[in-house]
Amino acid sequence: MSSMAKQAPQRVGVLQGTLDMLILRTLLYGAAHGHQIGKHIQRTTNEFLQMQHGSLYPALHRLEKRGWVVSKWETAPDRNREFKYYRLTEKGRKQLLVEESQWKKMSEAVARIMWPTAEES
Amino acid sequence: MTWWQIRKRDADVERELRSDLELEEEEQRENGVPPEEARYAALRAFGNPTLICEQTSAIWSWNWRESLARDLRFSLRTLRRTPGFTVIAILVMALGIGANVALFTVVRGVLLKPLPFHDPDRLVMLYEAGLQEDDAAGPNVVSGGMYAEWKNQSRSFSSLALAKGIRVGLSGSGGQLPEKLKSALFSWNMLSTLGVQPALGRDFTAADDKPGANGTVLLSWGLWKRRFGGDPAILNQTIDLDAQTYTVIGVMPAWFDFPDSSTQLWTPVYHDKPEDEMTSFSNHMFRVVGRLKPGVSASQSVADLSVISQRIHDAHLNDPFVFRRASSRPLLEHIVGEIKKPLYVLLEATCCLLLIACLNVANLLVARAAARRKELAIRTALGGSWLRLIGERLMECLLLSASGGALGLLLAFAALQWLTRTRLDMTRVESIHIDSVVAAFTVGVIVLCALFSGLIAAFSSSDKSILGALHEASRSVGGNSARASVRKVLLTLEVGLTVTLLIGAGLLVKSYERLRSADMGCLTQDVITMHLGLPDARYATPAQRANFYDALLDRVRALPGVDAAGFATAVPGQGYQTDWSFTIVEHPPLPQGSGLFALSRWADPNYFGAMGIPILRGRTFDRGKRLDAADEVIISQSFANQYFPGEDPLGRHLRARGRNAVIVGMVGDTRYEIGEPPRPVQYYPLAAGIENVGALVIRSSRNLEQFALPVQRIVSEMNPDLPVSDVLTMHELLGQSTVDQSFHTALLVAFATLSLALAGVGLFGVMSYIAAQRKTEIGIRVALGATREQVMRKMLLDGMRPAVFGLVGGLAASLEAGQLMRDLLYEIKPLDPAVYAAVAATLLAVAAFACIVPAWRASRVDPMQALRAE
Repeated sequence: MSSMAKQAPQRVGVLQGTLDMLILRTLLYGAAHGHQIGKHIQRTTNEFLQMQHGSLYPALHRLEKRGWVVSKWETAPDRNREFKYYRLTEKGRKQLLVEESQWKKMSEAVARIMWPTAEES
Repeated sequence: MTWWQIRKRDADVERELRSDLELEEEEQRENGVPPEEARYAALRAFGNPTLICEQTSAIWSWNWRESLARDLRFSLRTLRRTPGFTVIAILVMALGIGANVALFTVVRGVLLKPLPFHDPDRLVMLYEAGLQEDDAAGPNVVSGGMYAEWKNQSRSFSSLALAKGIRVGLSGSGGQLPEKLKSALFSWNMLSTLGVQPALGRDFTAADDKPGANGTVLLSWGLWKRRFGGDPAILNQTIDLDAQTYTVIGVMPAWFDFPDSSTQLWTPVYHDKPEDEMTSFSNHMFRVVGRLKPGVSASQSVADLSVISQRIHDAHLNDPFVFRRASSRPLLEHIVGEIKKPLYVLLEATCCLLLIACLNVANLLVARAAARRKELAIRTALGGSWLRLIGERLMECLLLSASGGALGLLLAFAALQWLTRTRLDMTRVESIHIDSVVAAFTVGVIVLCALFSGLIAAFSSSDKSILGALHEASRSVGGNSARASVRKVLLTLEVGLTVTLLIGAGLLVKSYERLRSADMGCLTQDVITMHLGLPDARYATPAQRANFYDALLDRVRALPGVDAAGFATAVPGQGYQTDWSFTIVEHPPLPQGSGLFALSRWADPNYFGAMGIPILRGRTFDRGKRLDAADEVIISQSFANQYFPGEDPLGRHLRARGRNAVIVGMVGDTRYEIGEPPRPVQYYPLAAGIENVGALVIRSSRNLEQFALPVQRIVSEMNPDLPVSDVLTMHELLGQSTVDQSFHTALLVAFATLSLALAGVGLFGVMSYIAAQRKTEIGIRVALGATREQVMRKMLLDGMRPAVFGLVGGLAASLEAGQLMRDLLYEIKPLDPAVYAAVAATLLAVAAFACIVPAWRASRVDPMQALRAE
């Protein structure tokens, strides 16, 4: 472990299947465009989660296609330019709850296997 | 989703990425990165925008369209690069698809489309059956008396109606010549039974259909247009038919052609026919159409009618010609019965042709795949997916077969135009149209062909030995035998199918030749026949008729160039026509319920000489015996054999229709129809003046056509209203009765020739390809001392092998196919050894010819050049 600590802060890609949930959660704060969403996820995790644009945009469009978010071209308040803003829909909110509970169950299950003693004590 | 929507979506994604990328760039600048580096930094952080763009667009799943478009572009480019291949493949497909579409259209129009009548499934054609207890004679047309009984007593039909095709003379009027027309007698309810209304005017009523009623007639659309200028004022006008006056009450729709395709007039049967014919139980002459009541099956109705028939039969035990039972078949089957079998055989032939076309295209594709092997291997090595490659191949085939199909549709259209214009005699020819079902069929065939040839080609090149292919780039001496073997298998199949087609065609050709060379028992050259009918109204007495015949024949014989002239009610080849029952006076009476009958003809004394029918024994009719005194009869040889075995027929007496006639002569057998065996015939003297319709026969060694006009002039001088029709030489008359056979034979021969050509081309292609591939190998062989002859023999044997295998397979398949054609063949067996031998020889000759050029070329290889070429 100690040898690892010497290295530069580690960065990992977003875990398969969690990206949708992270995007939905981010949008809970309000409308945002793709760049903001990516930056938000990166900053909130102290740059631990590295956002790949290559997967971000397809993910956004996938969510839109499923009706969990809607998009609209709007002028950004700080920059005098239009960006494509994504907004959570009611369906998206429900989906977020579903994914959240699934993730909880998943991580608990993983935790039980990985750290069984901790669970017993 | 449409193209512009896809475009819009693409533009939207691009814009989104661009705006976010610019934002990233701005932020990089704000973080102090120099402007010129900011862009690259942003791009680095972002990744490949084009790729992201594509992946994002893919989410919206319009990608398959794009990949389809890409395949299409690519295939078009590939096909354009090899125009020779493309043109040949398209032509081959066009022929295969065109033939199939044309024939399917015919089959659909003629056999599959329901009849244009109301609720046609409930219409049946009814027959009498059971002349003998064992029913050996089969179904027969119905007698007027039995029809009346059926109509009165049966409970199974909502209506029964009756029809009979006849010919009538339409008198000249308004400067138009008199003419003989095909006409039909209908019972008044025939049209309502069929569920058809006249296009103009009214239908017959029960009151029209009585002996004493005024004459009424319905015109066909064609006759109305042609003869009466399509003027509706013809309604309620009168026309003269066989010198009797008829009022035109209506015009039928253009499509209506019952009971015959060239029927021009319809008149009521009970008005036209004498009462004794309408009540007789033994004079069978009518076609009866029944409309089944709802819920009654055809077999129930037949059982119902049979009970009535049996009762009538039992009540007339002394008359041997009252049938015991009824039988029926659907009206559609009655109408198309004759043409069904040949059409299906032809359709099978075109399917074979299409299969051969597909195999040929697949063969060409395999050859090209072989040539493109390196390209494909490189693409696979670079990560091109196997599915994509198959997709491309299929797209290529789809393009080929779609273009071929479009061209084929044009060919089919032209062929059908030609058919409907030249074969007006064909049953239901008017219902042959290219419609939406045919269009759907065409699309189906196109897709099927594309899949078939594409998949064969794709799978033959799907071996994944990329490395092997790339290796071959450096040196290949062994050649690619695996691919050649795929092509050989295809060729074997092709040759097999071709052999089957050739044998089918060969059998038909031979059968047709037999048919045309069948001995009619009379002259078939140097004789011309003309049809004449004397209207009852003008020639009411036997004396009037006999005088007319005498005068006519005298004047015709006086024409220069006439070697002989005669008159008979029917000449050989004109069909069954009439038969008469008779008894032999000198023989003991037959048991009750059995009787004798034979074809009956009336002839003048010179007929036999003019027609070239030999008088084998005795003499012809006595010229001096006329009218009631004409009590002689002449019989044919088979008549004598059948009814006077081991006995001299001359001087015996036949009793028919209540009169005795003495047998004065015996003549040679004739066939009433080409393809039918000779039957016993009894000839009665025309001079009795009984018959009023028949054929004038003129024999001359001069040009026969030149007699048409003088004879017409003679007839019109004798009676200006008398039409002369069907001016045909004996040769033409027989040709007309075999027009179906010659047509089917010609088509099948065409298909077989085409497939032979395709197989030959395929063989040539494969051999050339193998020769080219083995150039180096052959070069080495020659360099090592192989002689040219050895090389050539080896190549020839190599090429002939698929041909021989295909031949054997094809011959085996033909054993089965020949059985299918059994009904179409005349006097030859489906296993005719001569045909099989001829086909085998032809095929081997063509195969050898196709192989010999590539083999010769291979044997000419210059070893130095061949070795250097690698």
